[in-house]
Amino acid sequence: MYKKVDNKDIEYLRSVIPANRILVHDEISDDYAHDELGGIEVKPEVLIYVRSTEEVSKVMKYAYENEIPVVARGSGTDLVGAAVALEGGIMICTKQMNHILEVDETNLTVTVEPGVLLMELQAYVEERDLFYPPDPGEKSATIGGNISTNAGGMRAVKYGVTRDYVRGLTVVMPNGEIEHFGGKVVKNSSGYDIKDLIIGSEGTLCIITEAILKLVPKPAYSVSMLLPFMTMEKAIEVVPEIIRSKASLTAIEYMSLDTIISAEQFLGKKFPDTNYEAYILLTFDGNSMNEIQDEYTKVANLCIEKGAIDGYFVDTDERKKSVWNARGAFLEAIKASTDLMDECDVVVPKGKVADFIKYTHEVGKEVGLRIPSFGHAGDGNLHIYLCKDSMAEEIWKQKADKAFELLYTKAREFGGMVSGEHGIGYAKKPYLARQVGENQIELMRSIKKVFDPKNILNPGKVC
Amino acid sequence: MNIIVCIKQVPGTTNVNVDPVTGTLIRDGVAAKMNPYDLYALELGFKLKDKHGGTLNVVSMGPNSALEVIREAIYMGADGGVLISDRKFGGADVLATSYTLCSGILALGDFDVILCGKQTTDGDTAQVGSELAEHLKVPHAANVRDVDVDGDRIKYVSNLDNKIVTAKIKTPCLLCVDGEVNTPRLPSFKRKLQYGDCAEQIRIITFDDLQDKDETHYGLKGSPTQVERIFNPDKKSEKEIIKDGNLASEMYKILRDRKFV
Repeated sequence: MYKKVDNKDIEYLRSVIPANRILVHDEISDDYAHDELGGIEVKPEVLIYVRSTEEVSKVMKYAYENEIPVVARGSGTDLVGAAVALEGGIMICTKQMNHILEVDETNLTVTVEPGVLLMELQAYVEERDLFYPPDPGEKSATIGGNISTNAGGMRAVKYGVTRDYVRGLTVVMPNGEIEHFGGKVVKNSSGYDIKDLIIGSEGTLCIITEAILKLVPKPAYSVSMLLPFMTMEKAIEVVPEIIRSKASLTAIEYMSLDTIISAEQFLGKKFPDTNYEAYILLTFDGNSMNEIQDEYTKVANLCIEKGAIDGYFVDTDERKKSVWNARGAFLEAIKASTDLMDECDVVVPKGKVADFIKYTHEVGKEVGLRIPSFGHAGDGNLHIYLCKDSMAEEIWKQKADKAFELLYTKAREFGGMVSGEHGIGYAKKPYLARQVGENQIELMRSIKKVFDPKNILNPGKVC
Repeated sequence: MNIIVCIKQVPGTTNVNVDPVTGTLIRDGVAAKMNPYDLYALELGFKLKDKHGGTLNVVSMGPNSALEVIREAIYMGADGGVLISDRKFGGADVLATSYTLCSGILALGDFDVILCGKQTTDGDTAQVGSELAEHLKVPHAANVRDVDVDGDRIKYVSNLDNKIVTAKIKTPCLLCVDGEVNTPRLPSFKRKLQYGDCAEQIRIITFDDLQDKDETHYGLKGSPTQVERIFNPDKKSEKEIIKDGNLASEMYKILRDRKFV
């Protein structure tokens, strides 16, 4: 269906992009054949490290005219195969488009290229007393990737998700045209919001080459509190109580002891407390320490009343590092604890979090799989991992399929969605289709067709 | 076992300005915290206490604001604390500081072991612990990574530059604890509720409580060190030497693990 890349194509690409930034066939590392989870492996035929919008435009124009599939990729930290070149073709890597172009302290925006890493952006703006609130666990992901999946992260409880911080986008359309959507404006009621449609579209509609992101003043203080519980049930049952207390929280994370132990082994660093079965990690931030104290006192007292053993202060850089570094490494730690895993990133209404986590335990028992989980209890987004643990391939597949079916069905029943922040990519397509139904999938396909009539951009993904 | 842990309040960030006239750190208005190295010593002290029983008290020298870190240690699990505080102690160098700490500790009575952090993040001299041991005339060891009780002695593991030494030391003794040897426990909200401002757990020792009343032994007057200039040192980066194997792939692995590539 698609044209295979031949010498003539490579010759052309080398005429518009310096040859040292183009790799072909065997020159391409295997790392570019898969994403972080490695569920599917296909190598692109050509890998191009782009450095400007114009370069992306030239490549896209040629690919469009010649019907060569193109996949854009940042750090490749995705988990659902979204950044894998299923049909081969050209992979456009944005890692070298990694410049922070401008911090506008009047409009409170930062303009970045898509290859800037989340951790670089956060550090850069915080040095200037500004704050980019979205905080997904994978800090080495690119901003382009974060926008493409509408990544959420730990601070969504208070600040929202990536979508809430994207003001404007410069993109290259599948035919090579360059378009600008949105801008530095705060309000915008000017027709359909195509920017918002592009956010979370996983590189299927166009390629993001520049983004204007909203910033907020950096909160003067931030204190976390780690609350241990005797059982996972007790820990998760307290979450709705915390939410109902109307306390102003930045993050509500839950974690189980086995996940913490995996992180300890993975990082080679001890967690500050491993005496209890389950933990809730809360964060409070603001500009007045007194207000923060009032808030954490209220919440800690409530939690203790509801079964928390104590509340441990995580209030200095060193303490935050010892706790949050472990939290940030959970995914990789679970991955390292087994030979193969698959994930489920469902989001359910906040009031159903406790019930859903309990249900994952039931599924684990019923199907006979180890299913560690952790997640953003405060916003209903859970990260659930099915671990193969060396079982035979055939049995693993059967068990995983069964477990996914049960989990997604239950999520649907609870009014939840297939993905909270990792996206649909390749791996979750059947579950999305089942959830939203034929009409909505058809609507998505029609939108895709308007943007990309030749279906050359990240084909085989999302819908 | 009677354990004492020396702690200090230091600026909460590394971006502290230096007074151009006096050459001392400007601490006013800067958020403060417990010296991170002292936390490792505290945790090692808790480990000893948890295993062998006894009491753990912290000792700090500093202005009244240092009560904050003593309270924090109590919230972490310390039984009590002592603040050695007097205007006469201000401007002390390592000699005067260690002498003042020694005088304060002697005023407290007997102890079995004193644990200190290897250094503070503000002064960075890494000498107060050893000098305190000299003033107290007790044996001491530095770079300690682990401790346990062995009969009437303390068995400790010390990390010297090119070897790990396991040795025993007579009590009473002083041990300077290396950095990053454990993950210090966190302060407890419940203990904070229980002890509040810790008025009953904290004792304040002033100049008048000390036996030696010679003011030239304390503070600026007792400090022979003349500070010419204080400045932020260049950041030291970690070193890792790879000698064997496929060097390129080893290096690539490190870079990849740390996500540089």
